[in-house]
Amino acid sequence: MALVEAKNITFAYSDKPVLNNVSVEIHDGEVVTLLGPNGSGKSTLLKSIIGLIRPKEGTVCLNGKNIASIPQRQLARQIAYVPQIHKSAFPYNVFDVILMGRMPHKTFFFRYSREDIHIARTVMERLSIAHLSRRPYTQISGGERQLTLIARALAQGARIFVMDEPASGLDYGNQLTLLGHITALSKEGYTFIKSTHSPEHALWIADRAVMILSGKIIADGCCDDVVNSETLFRLYNTKVNVVKLNGSLRVCIPEAIHCNGAHEGTGSGQLGSASGKAASGGIW
Amino acid sequence: MRTGLVITSLFSALVLAVVVSLVLGKYPVGIRDICSFFLWKIFNARVTFTIDRQLLENILLSIRLPRIIAAVFVGASLSISGASFQAMFINPLVSPGILGVLAGASFGAALAMILSKSWFVVQASCFIFGFLAVMAAVGVARLYKGNTVLLLILGGVISGALFTSLLSIVKYLADPYNQLPAIVYWLMGGLTLVDGSTIRTTAIPVLAGIVLIMSLSGYLNVLSMGDEEARTMGVPVEKIRLILIVLATMLSAVTVVLAGMVGWVGLIIPHIARMIVGPDNRVLIPVSALIGALYLVAVDDVSRLLFATEIPLGIITSLVGIPFFAIVLKRANRGWS
Repeated sequence: MALVEAKNITFAYSDKPVLNNVSVEIHDGEVVTLLGPNGSGKSTLLKSIIGLIRPKEGTVCLNGKNIASIPQRQLARQIAYVPQIHKSAFPYNVFDVILMGRMPHKTFFFRYSREDIHIARTVMERLSIAHLSRRPYTQISGGERQLTLIARALAQGARIFVMDEPASGLDYGNQLTLLGHITALSKEGYTFIKSTHSPEHALWIADRAVMILSGKIIADGCCDDVVNSETLFRLYNTKVNVVKLNGSLRVCIPEAIHCNGAHEGTGSGQLGSASGKAASGGIW
Repeated sequence: MRTGLVITSLFSALVLAVVVSLVLGKYPVGIRDICSFFLWKIFNARVTFTIDRQLLENILLSIRLPRIIAAVFVGASLSISGASFQAMFINPLVSPGILGVLAGASFGAALAMILSKSWFVVQASCFIFGFLAVMAAVGVARLYKGNTVLLLILGGVISGALFTSLLSIVKYLADPYNQLPAIVYWLMGGLTLVDGSTIRTTAIPVLAGIVLIMSLSGYLNVLSMGDEEARTMGVPVEKIRLILIVLATMLSAVTVVLAGMVGWVGLIIPHIARMIVGPDNRVLIPVSALIGALYLVAVDDVSRLLFATEIPLGIITSLVGIPFFAIVLKRANRGWS
């Protein structure tokens, strides 16, 4: 049985359809990458998997149980959401941000226990960010912030990580560090569902790629089979060669750099979203 | 460690400020008489006084102490409610009036002033309309789908504007010789009218509000990361936010009951607290309460002693608050961006 199973998901923001009868299965320990152009519905699919939005039609099941019937706290102990790096409005210490991950284990009136503090310390060491503990979250680098958010997800105790474009906004080195951490965690049995704009990230660390175009899945399978010139052309309207170098990693090389008009989406998903990415943090 | 030290020293400073304020006043009362009086009152000790005991009891228990306690209540309540709203609305520039509670409470008080002679009715109406205004804001926000935080703020703008214009109508209708001045003085803010019975009735909501917000302060941290993230960490965002809004509203409405409009405290005190202990609401809330109480006790001393006639408290808090805020804004800005 699939660990997470999204069945016939259909969703629309007001009148604009975003997902059209999408089904996808995720198995225990897999790293699944969603690929698709802006506005194709990747974020919406991720948000329905985490229970942030309720699809108009279709269900999402966790271990065969509809997540709509799972209380939020229990769901949070199993699935963690790692948002894109963002800036918090308040300069909380990195340690305090990670402690927030313990919320699903607390009762209504709560205090963080010695165990919570121990867990927070452990996950920080696990990701080699223990030295950031007392630094304000607003003053560390983008890469460090992304690791902090992953640490928080680990502190949550969840085994399934849903990540919405985790590499966006990171420099090249930090992107690779991030991929390294994901690989290491997946070897320990964690399951990852993430979206990305970089097909190479799928080729390098994902077991499976799911390609979404205009709210429909156009390909779903092992990355080496699915990520190729033909599918990439359909997704991004650009001719790209997928090449294997020295028997190791495969890379994408565009045939030419030219100026097509921008294609497909307009990022509409975020515009009408219940709480858009811009909502969190910052001074409005 | 450091937090404990900060809280202990602030608490000691507050106790000291309360004692000093008991001594300060138009009628000279020595510290020795005050000590003797409380020894007598509390432990029934045998003591002697240099002035008449009844007079001393009047000055201390009927005039000075209620006023000082009211200052503590108002300062702590405004600061806590300001700090909570700032966290909930993910914006350090928010003040307790964001959802219209101050506008509603002012209207309620003014309305009761022209309709009733009873002081109790004025206080009750003030409190009730404070709540009604916030409920209106929350109701407006519920009408639409979308970013709840933003909609709540727009709801607050609408409800605040509504009650401000209703207040204008009341002022227009008020008798210009007695009622209108009374309303205007009320809106300037002050603790002149506070008496022992007001303190007793307001003590319950104030203390309950403070204790409950302090015990829920961990949620404020998570809420300030945004609704989506809070939800994915298992927090029932809508429910917790509503509880916190009700508690913060209760606290701010009580301050209007006690002191009318006292501006800027709820905005600047959390800033000062944040500069000292950082943004973690579990520490920030109690520290804000202590600093706010200390500040208001001091400002009230100034307001009753600086000139021959009393200056309304709200005028002083604004005059001090505005330039201070301008400075804080420049200094603290690195922490937000």
